[in-house]
Amino acid sequence: MKPARFDYLRAGTLAEAHATLAAEGEDARVLAGGQSLVPMLSMRMARPKVLIDIMHLPQLAKIESDVNTIHIGAGVRQAKLLAWPEIHERQPLLAAALPWVGHAQTRSRGTICGSVAHADPSAEIPLVLLALKGAIHLSSRQKQRRVSAIDFFTGMMSTARNDDELIEAVEAPCRAPGHGYAFREFGRRHGDFAIVACAAVAHADGVRLAIGGVADCPAVRDYPDLTGTALDDALDEFAWELDARDDLHATESFRRNLVRQLGRAAIEEARRCRA
Amino acid sequence: MSKAGDKSWIGRSVERIEDLTLLAGRGRYIDDIGVPPGTLHAAILRSPHAHAEIRAINTEAARRARGVVAIITAAEVAKLSASLVVGVKAPIECWPIAVGRVRHVGEPVAVVVAGDRYLAEDALELIEVDYAPLPAIVDPLAALDPQLPPLHEGLSSNIASDRSFRYGDPQREFAEAARKVSVSIRYPRNSCTPIETYGIVAVYDPAEDAYDVLANFPGPFSLHPVMARALKVPGNRLRLRTPPDSGGSFGIKQGVFPYVVLMGVAARVAGRPVKWVEDRLEHLCASVSATNRVTKLEAAVDADGRVRALSFDQIEDVGAHIRAPEPATLYRMHGNLTGAYDIRHVAVRNRVVLTNKTPTGLNRGFGGPQMYYALERLMQRVAVELKLDPIDVIRCNLVPTNAFPYQTASGALLDSGDYTRALDVALADGGFAELKKRRDAARAQGRIYGIGCTAVVEPSVSNMGYITTVLTAEERRRAGAKNGAQATATVAFDPLGAVSVHTASAPQGQGHRTVLAQIVADAFGLAPNDIRTVSEIDTARDAWSIASGNYSSRFAAAVGGAAHLAAMRLKEKLARTAAAQLNVPPAEIEFAGGRVHARGNPDNSISFARLAATSHWSPGVVADDDQALRETVFWTPPELSPPTEADEVNSSLCHGFIFDFCGVEVDRVTGAVRVDKYVTMHDCGRVLHPGMVAGQITGGFAQGIGAALYEEFAYSPDGAFLAGTFADYLLPTSTEVPVPVILHVETPSPFTPLGAKGVGEGNCMSTPVCLANAVTDALGLDAIDLPMTPAKLAAHIHPAEQAPNRARGLS
Amino acid sequence: MPRMSADANHRIRFKLNGRMVEADAEPRMLLTDFLRYNLAMTGTHVGCEHGVCGACTIEIDGVPARACLTLAVQADGADIRTIEGLAPAPGRLSVLQEAFRRHHALQCGFCTAGILLSLECYLRDNPSPDEATLRDYLGGHLCRCTGYVTIIAAALDAAERLRDANKDA
Repeated sequence: MKPARFDYLRAGTLAEAHATLAAEGEDARVLAGGQSLVPMLSMRMARPKVLIDIMHLPQLAKIESDVNTIHIGAGVRQAKLLAWPEIHERQPLLAAALPWVGHAQTRSRGTICGSVAHADPSAEIPLVLLALKGAIHLSSRQKQRRVSAIDFFTGMMSTARNDDELIEAVEAPCRAPGHGYAFREFGRRHGDFAIVACAAVAHADGVRLAIGGVADCPAVRDYPDLTGTALDDALDEFAWELDARDDLHATESFRRNLVRQLGRAAIEEARRCRA
Repeated sequence: MSKAGDKSWIGRSVERIEDLTLLAGRGRYIDDIGVPPGTLHAAILRSPHAHAEIRAINTEAARRARGVVAIITAAEVAKLSASLVVGVKAPIECWPIAVGRVRHVGEPVAVVVAGDRYLAEDALELIEVDYAPLPAIVDPLAALDPQLPPLHEGLSSNIASDRSFRYGDPQREFAEAARKVSVSIRYPRNSCTPIETYGIVAVYDPAEDAYDVLANFPGPFSLHPVMARALKVPGNRLRLRTPPDSGGSFGIKQGVFPYVVLMGVAARVAGRPVKWVEDRLEHLCASVSATNRVTKLEAAVDADGRVRALSFDQIEDVGAHIRAPEPATLYRMHGNLTGAYDIRHVAVRNRVVLTNKTPTGLNRGFGGPQMYYALERLMQRVAVELKLDPIDVIRCNLVPTNAFPYQTASGALLDSGDYTRALDVALADGGFAELKKRRDAARAQGRIYGIGCTAVVEPSVSNMGYITTVLTAEERRRAGAKNGAQATATVAFDPLGAVSVHTASAPQGQGHRTVLAQIVADAFGLAPNDIRTVSEIDTARDAWSIASGNYSSRFAAAVGGAAHLAAMRLKEKLARTAAAQLNVPPAEIEFAGGRVHARGNPDNSISFARLAATSHWSPGVVADDDQALRETVFWTPPELSPPTEADEVNSSLCHGFIFDFCGVEVDRVTGAVRVDKYVTMHDCGRVLHPGMVAGQITGGFAQGIGAALYEEFAYSPDGAFLAGTFADYLLPTSTEVPVPVILHVETPSPFTPLGAKGVGEGNCMSTPVCLANAVTDALGLDAIDLPMTPAKLAAHIHPAEQAPNRARGLS
Repeated sequence: MPRMSADANHRIRFKLNGRMVEADAEPRMLLTDFLRYNLAMTGTHVGCEHGVCGACTIEIDGVPARACLTLAVQADGADIRTIEGLAPAPGRLSVLQEAFRRHHALQCGFCTAGILLSLECYLRDNPSPDEATLRDYLGGHLCRCTGYVTIIAAALDAAERLRDANKDA
């Protein structure tokens, strides 16, 4: 379990990182916290020619926020965001989901943007960005662009990032007045990848529910303020549409049932928080 | 020397001698020890297929890769070694590398030896293997099919052994009994997965045709002759050594032994020392698994719940090879198949089948988890079907208190116990009545809550002859009777009168050095810190036997006992020498506080150190036969006799008793099990170190939680291995393991020098089935197989799903 | 820092247990291997090499980190603490280590270094943990011997003693 050979570049400037990405394309991989990438290297499931370490670029290590949005730079570790004193006030859904990301001993090194780049179908951070209508800021030598979360996650560990791009930051809206937020997850053990994770945002016109762990990438639905059997039916339809599959840890039917039950619990809690 | 108090050191939870070193990060585990200059590093290419013909292996590109010194395939292994001996009478071979075909995912196919592990893994990628995949057999019941082609050419089917046994008259009892109750069990594969993996440093000396191998091998050393024969050398040319520290084993590290042969060959081919440290992915897919077993167990029962007879049908899946000491898992419990119960009539059919899965071997509990899961599920079913209280069913069947030592129907001699008292104390002190109230209250609130209980006899100190029960009496006669359990210990004095102890039991965290120091300190009136214990084993220099090693919970009972005997032997000699010097009879010599004195006259004394050094400096003043420098004791209990003509076998020397009960709640939404309360009562004879005994119990309990709820070496129907990482094979963590209530009663074993019995494996036997009994009670299920995953349980809670179209139609 | 080529060795320097150390490594070398084989600091153990078991947990720049999920080159310039840096002096133990010894919170000792480093970091920032939060925090470590009971007890005991010591100071 030792990695194959690769070059290592500790980027001193963003331009240097961009230039290497432009030159090497898919043979280059950005290294941030390394909590997902390094095991893939050790198992030789990832075979880059060069790793670009972006953790020494101070401009990427920032959490910036105004009244509307939070910008989380690519160098921000999960533990840093969780410990940010304003996180609960600024965005309670992120605050609720972060303790479910791995363990304290991996959050200390793992980054928010690294989790987004890795795009594991059961990861919490992509799910939350999707629920919040967040966005991903990509940059390359040529240009910068902002991709909404719904367009970014395209499938099983695949994203809309081009080979010459890196994620500079992700953006999430701040808590909005009159909105309520809730997060629910079930895994085999605490700290495991989710069998089903639900993020709900309740607003004046209804509710937005994102589900992770079931389909190839997190999925989201917007509902008007449904209640009773109408909500049951909507959740049931969502559960079936996710095309759940059996695996070692759960059956498809079990996953659908958790979508119905945890989804409903998340929606109800988000509504209570809205009030 | 420090002063010993009046109290015995045995029985006290002294701080461990080991811990100052281990806590400072200065342990000497196999990968922490220096290697000879020029040592090379091995990596192993493993089969991605469950079953395939190897048409060709092309190693040309790999041989040219940077840093590569040698590549070993089946050709070299077959040339330089012989097949490992197989424990059943069948014309099959067992090699440490795939010969001709691969039979499980992860089976070694080639070994690269290179300058470092990174380079070796680089070269692995350059080896081309041409596989022709074959259909895989995964289900042990499918392996019974005589139409399927055998996995091994020498066999006519995939059944490697089929034996039937009869004790008493089970046929009559079944015919006469009021009721028959049965259970069908599929016990899954799992492993206690030590956190340290296998490691080896192998050196070959061509001048003497001798191998010197350092490996974190825990025993049993009955595998030493297996390795020596495979390497085609006499035993004295395989020097096997162990490092001082080992990062856990739970039996699993026994499975390092085929790699000793493989790396021995690699070192010989490379002409340099070779080191190999298994990685976690290798460990999970190809080290050792416990057996999975399909059991049908039936009881003939009276209306009051008294079990008159049992009938076992056990199908044991040992995986792709019968690797020594298998099929021992199936026979270790043979003497105590009736558990804690007085049942005189037993029928058994034992079949051993081969499938395309990892070969099996030692794993904590070794046969107990599989057997007790069936037996104790059965006892609960007896209660449910006869509408009796499960506690009453257990109680009325327990071996009576006045019956010890009690010979079971299948030949075990239960050494001591008071099962009824242990049960009563557990119920009272463990709060059983309160637990029932708690269950009733939870159920009144609509929660899913259940109570389970189980009684288990925990065998320890294996009879080296029990495995021969797999042979017929006639085959045993031809092979020569095997029995016993030679334990060894050496106690020595140096010229300054300091005491050293050595035993042939490689510790893996059980605090051997501390307990041996307590035992020997007590003998000499010293303090544990005065005693120095060496824990590594070297077969070239140490006293050892085939029974040596650290397995079958034999340390406290057998090894500790041997150390006690060695110390007492020296003490008697010292007493005679002291008697001459102090002018009193030897019987009046006492050892205390670092001095040796005349009873009742502490002033008439000499220092222990001076006395112990006498044979070094002044052998002339020691009476002829009393030279006291070093004593080695070999101790084997006479109770461990060979299997009889009638296949009765005293499979283990000691038999502890466990009674567990628990309350669990199943989450109505997720199906997750929460262990609300767990009580575990143990009688392990005399307790040598309460802290360590508690540690064995909580550790085994946590592994029991893992086996019950989380862990499975799962395979897909085509033989693909599904539990290849620690993200797939789920060990319980601190958030999953509750704190059990531990209770004790003590009935010392009359068969061991210190009265101690083993305690290390019991909860791996009792906890999974106790939890299953509680879960089935909670959900009202007739049957459940492990692991009890949320998805599995939720399927019994949630109503069946409606088809999606209909659901959509309603919306 | 220039791009380090894959097949050459590069000098890596960092502070280890208070002292600057240096040795060479290829870019692909894991920090676990670098510590153990290049710096002979064998107290950090390797249990899974994929970041789950926690045996290799060390302290990097003040926070717990899996050494097996870190490349040696990433550690260049860092401040690292390992098990070898915990004891105040040879033959003596820290308050936490002493508590582990008293409570028999280790058996084989293989996972212990990682757990100790994790707890050292945690107790520094959280001097008054309750059992539930400790259990949650230690969920990032696998121990196969103890069943965790004594580890939790030792951590709670150590936290109390450290609080008392700080009160007295």
